Amino acid sequence: MTHAHADDHGAHRPSLWNPARWLFSTNHKDIGTMYLVFAIIAGLVGGTLSGIIRAELAHPGITFITQLPWIHDVDAAKHFYDATVTYHGLIMIFFMVMPAMIGGFGNWFVPLMIGAPDMAFPRMNNISFWLLPVSFTLAMISFIVPGAGEHAGFGGGWTLYPPLSTNWGAGTAYHDGPAMDFLILSLHIAGASSILGAINFITTIFNMRAPGMTMHRMPLFVWSVLVTAWLLVLSLPVLAGALTMLLTDRNFHTNFFNPAGGGDPVMYQHLFWFFGHPEVYILILPGFGMISQIVSTFSRKPVFGYLGMAYAMVAIGFIGFLVWAHHMYTVGMGLDLEAYFIAATMVIAVPTGIKIFSWIATMWGGSLDFKVPMLWAIGFIFLFTVGGVTGVVLANSGIDTSLHDTYYVVAHFHYVLSLGAVFAIFAGFYYWIPKMSGYRYNGFLAGLHFWVMFVGVNIIFFPQHFLGLQGMPRRYVDYPAPFEHWNYISTVGYMITAVGVLIFLVTLVEMFIVRRKAGANPWGEGATTLEWTLSSPPPFHQFNELPVIKPETHH
Amino acid sequence: MSDPNRKRMIRTAAIAIGAVAGMTAMSFAAVPLYRAFCQATGYGGTTQVARAAPTRVLAQTVQVRFDTNVATDLPITFTPKQASETLHIGETGLAFFHVRNDSSVSVTARATYNVAPHSAGQYFNKLECFCFQDRVLAPGEEADLPVVFFVDPAFARDPETRGLDTLTLSYTYFRSVAPPVQTG
Repeated sequence: MTHAHADDHGAHRPSLWNPARWLFSTNHKDIGTMYLVFAIIAGLVGGTLSGIIRAELAHPGITFITQLPWIHDVDAAKHFYDATVTYHGLIMIFFMVMPAMIGGFGNWFVPLMIGAPDMAFPRMNNISFWLLPVSFTLAMISFIVPGAGEHAGFGGGWTLYPPLSTNWGAGTAYHDGPAMDFLILSLHIAGASSILGAINFITTIFNMRAPGMTMHRMPLFVWSVLVTAWLLVLSLPVLAGALTMLLTDRNFHTNFFNPAGGGDPVMYQHLFWFFGHPEVYILILPGFGMISQIVSTFSRKPVFGYLGMAYAMVAIGFIGFLVWAHHMYTVGMGLDLEAYFIAATMVIAVPTGIKIFSWIATMWGGSLDFKVPMLWAIGFIFLFTVGGVTGVVLANSGIDTSLHDTYYVVAHFHYVLSLGAVFAIFAGFYYWIPKMSGYRYNGFLAGLHFWVMFVGVNIIFFPQHFLGLQGMPRRYVDYPAPFEHWNYISTVGYMITAVGVLIFLVTLVEMFIVRRKAGANPWGEGATTLEWTLSSPPPFHQFNELPVIKPETHH
Repeated sequence: MSDPNRKRMIRTAAIAIGAVAGMTAMSFAAVPLYRAFCQATGYGGTTQVARAAPTRVLAQTVQVRFDTNVATDLPITFTPKQASETLHIGETGLAFFHVRNDSSVSVTARATYNVAPHSAGQYFNKLECFCFQDRVLAPGEEADLPVVFFVDPAFARDPETRGLDTLTLSYTYFRSVAPPVQTG
């Protein structure tokens, strides 16, 4: 960080084909790129698993999985289905959304937006990334080694509840194989990676802002990553603790969750959801940040209610730690406690509502430009609101007792995550890819990607509300024939979405083949944050002369 | 590096690492805290252990039903000798449970217990219970196990429980994982 050498290091960009550039990278942009590539690969794996789920559920009966060459009987098919559901969830959360939002866009744009030359601890940044492929490999090994008896993989759902995740009791053990142990190690490493990354972001944002870039002048995306990083630091250790207890229960005869030894399996649920609820905000908060930047850019207005937007995210993060038991109303807690968790959960609708209304107020009276990132952003606002409304429904313990573990819940969290978070990622991707690559994409292809995907995901998940209200439970390989109608439509929606993903890949390839130069700022006067003052792609090392931020240029 | 910023960065990182360490410690501290919380408040239907019977008996009666369960890997039969018992609040009740080892090996078992509805757990007191310790059952051994209990008169004052006329006391026998312990 010495500024003595003012010569242009930015020109020294190593070759793309030099493995050392990537393996030993300490450059936040290269590491961000690796995170994004990793997330795309993991997303394709997780998306393929969801294809298996939808193919199986297209018709009643166990029809699709039994045709797979390595499935020899119905029991194997049932276990494979359960494992597929489990790994789909874990991969999408830990290896797709988190690396894309925090590792990918966070690494790329937090330093650029605050006018910093790089992250605070560049070498630690390298470790954060390279732990992830290790973790992903362990998860994939876990998927193929014996889990329950001779059946491969862990099939107890992404929440890993005991007793399903334990190996107690001769002859009645649920997952006695090594699959669960591999999964625990995988998540431990993924957690370590995220914690290191979070410490890096916190240190960077607090200490490396350019002169004049006060906390209240930071772009909202930086605010969102800061809140997310704190959530990671405070919640992931609790997951690590719960997983360690599971590991010692399985291998070293402790009895944290074993009632026969004085333990309590419900305590695992408390620990898990103390992590799990902040985790769902970890998945969505950076998306909030990106949507704020994009809506502001394409409305050519500063975001409405900047301070309210920033502190709404802080409030969401804070309350997010106080509502965990709304995931477990059915364990039988007292009425008073249920009343508290209902009220606290509903309170979250207030800061979330502030965000939704502020985005709309930003667009109101703005000079709107419906470029591709803006389409994704408006799509996000609509879909996230739908998911938020069903969330308020589920917050009521009385209704939740009936809807717990039904497809209504599946539809709810896919509307906020699969549709909300993923749409935010695509919005951010189409917003920033000209900056990251230096090339513009084909607007028609990218627009087609949006419309196909928007129609597809709605056809997948909207009917699942009906299935859930009719009582179809989640995580079952089969269902009674009356559920076939909406299940089949949902599977058709998957096929449409798969075409959308294909269009995305084509758009990506086409962009790198045709190579239309993007220029420093392809979005015009609405794009006011610091990254647009640099060339596209930005120099390998930027801001050797720190930019000075004046009050009127903020966010 | 001689950058003055370096010191501040290390301090910020140290605070974040401290938060990680603190939360890790808290997650393990949750184990004894959780147990203490359940025992103190009767949370989740955790019943109370009492030394002496109450001095006051109310006119109001409550029916206590008995429920038994056995973990799948434990070869024993475990049934209540009476389906239910109706007693006055504050009155001391006595119930027996029959247990038999159906296998040809000796087993060590321990029962866990709770009361439904959970809100009544804090008023359900046991003076004596077979569930307080491990029990070794020789092959084929049978036994009648007693529970001495009463419902605390405060039960009739708590708005959450005063309308209740039925409680269920439930036991589940598990294979004991700890070696048998002598308790005085």
